[in-house]
Amino acid sequence: MNIRDSAVISDQPLTLYGVRFSSRLLLGTAAYPSPAIMSAAVRAAGAEIVTVSLRRETAGNAGSTRFLDLIAALGVRVLPNTAGCRTARDAITTAQMARELFATDWIKLEVIGNDDTLQPDVFGLVDAADVLCRDGFKVFPYTTEDLSVAERLQRAGCDVIMPWGSPIGTGRGLANRTALESLRGYFPDVTLIVDAGLGAPSHAAAAFEIGYDAVLLNTAVAKAADPVVMAEAFRQAAIAGRLGYLAGLMPPRDMAVPSTPVAGTAFFDLDAKR
Amino acid sequence: MIDDTTGGRSSPSERHVQKQSITVVGAGIFGLWQALVLARAGHRLRLIDASSEPFTAGASRWAGAMLAPDCEAEAAPPEVRTWGRDGLNIWRATYPHLIDNGTLVVAAARDQPELVRYARMTHGGAPVDTAKIAELEPDLGARFSAAIYFADEAHMDAAAALRWLMQAVRDMGVDVRFATTTYDSGSLCIDCRGLSARADLPALRGVRGERVIVTTKDMRLARPIRLLHPRQPIYVVPQGDDRFVIGATVIEREDAAPMTVKSALDLLGSAYALHPAFAEASIIDMGAGVRPAFPDNVPHIVIDDAGKTLRVNGAYRHGFLLAPVMAHAVADFIDSGVRHPAFT
Repeated sequence: MNIRDSAVISDQPLTLYGVRFSSRLLLGTAAYPSPAIMSAAVRAAGAEIVTVSLRRETAGNAGSTRFLDLIAALGVRVLPNTAGCRTARDAITTAQMARELFATDWIKLEVIGNDDTLQPDVFGLVDAADVLCRDGFKVFPYTTEDLSVAERLQRAGCDVIMPWGSPIGTGRGLANRTALESLRGYFPDVTLIVDAGLGAPSHAAAAFEIGYDAVLLNTAVAKAADPVVMAEAFRQAAIAGRLGYLAGLMPPRDMAVPSTPVAGTAFFDLDAKR
Repeated sequence: MIDDTTGGRSSPSERHVQKQSITVVGAGIFGLWQALVLARAGHRLRLIDASSEPFTAGASRWAGAMLAPDCEAEAAPPEVRTWGRDGLNIWRATYPHLIDNGTLVVAAARDQPELVRYARMTHGGAPVDTAKIAELEPDLGARFSAAIYFADEAHMDAAAALRWLMQAVRDMGVDVRFATTTYDSGSLCIDCRGLSARADLPALRGVRGERVIVTTKDMRLARPIRLLHPRQPIYVVPQGDDRFVIGATVIEREDAAPMTVKSALDLLGSAYALHPAFAEASIIDMGAGVRPAFPDNVPHIVIDDAGKTLRVNGAYRHGFLLAPVMAHAVADFIDSGVRHPAFT
């Protein structure tokens, strides 16, 4: 057994509100070419949690359950979300509907402040989180990388904080890596999940390398030319990033440090500058 | 059953093709094409529909009626393009009023990455510049700096095409009956009931779609325009008489409740972004329908009742494109036992 293997074994499973998961990849279920491809992608990603948009896709209509049956057949945990909600009140109502429909008190809380950027309305978010936590919900808030907002969310009762990498669907990766690192530093004991903006497997790896506990994505997989292969790519990237973090990354240096002394080797040419 | 006396088609085994008594159930785009092709193959046909009048129920009346196999490949499984090319060719050989002008795909300046992605995900499109856009669509030329032109695609006036098919079926001597659900159980049944067949097809689900029809004389389009957008792409299909179909949402929900305000804002806002002339257009219809779909979003033919029923279903967004292909698949199966890949 080498040092890496021992690090893998010593890794704790991801724990979200007391439930343990071996996968650190959460996958959205929207925008795939078909439900069949969505199902195959979820399996390829090894995801154990999928998000489902309640408001648009399923809005509490009797008989509209066939798509949800397909989700249920995946045998994974469903994290309903309040995508598309513009106010705290709207999000709270949607969360309550989701609790009934999916028989879960888990809710991914989105309160959107701007239809164009899909920027979280952090004020409405904190208000809604406060109400929902007191109502017994396990809240997964989609927020920015702002420290004071994260603090408010934690105070409201959120054990999990989900800052964006970049705006939803942009695929730009970790737009403000420094702030995300700072958030990790300030909240060493809170579960942090990068939610939204990941476009490439390397973006997911980067989130794990700076110590994030999990990532949540949708578009990068759903809109890939081959969503199933892309899901597999993200699965491997998540593992690579997490292992990299556990193994202890070397700190970047400004100066080149040769790993082998150069002087005295056959290729060291004293006349090189002539 | 009657013997084949035409001798036009014979299977490799040289057996006589049996002409059959066939009932097609459901007079939407799938059922009409089945009736037409099977009647032309010499079978005795009856076409029945539960609704009391033609085209008052079912998903076909909501269709944009584009024959765009290359464009659809962007988000559809590969069968849609492969079979869709066949569908386009059958329409061309059958329907005299097809408008064979291709498709133009555009995106706002800030959504250019969508155009790049679209080009990567499709075949058969050619990048075009402002000058070429202006040549193809004079009303759009100055508004877009880049587009993709799919020359080998077509569209039609959906309602006119349904009426034409119904007349063609009647002209072939098909016995067409509305407000009817019962039929001779001795005949072969081709079940094209769409979502009404869900009790017999457990995998079938409904996918809500909404569309608006507007009319304006301030705007001319020669072909369907697809405006790409990361969240709400739309198409605008000119259907003659100054009418334009603006569609369509795709929502994993099975209710056909009237269009929501959000969907109306999305569709009309996007149309307005395509061209401000739509601001003064009159809205003549807004509505929501539910598309029948299988989990792979591809139509399939299911053999049921020990071979006495063929269920043709799962048109999803591609009913007009793939209806002729499904019809020929069924006809070939009846005549020679050949199974098109659409058979499950």
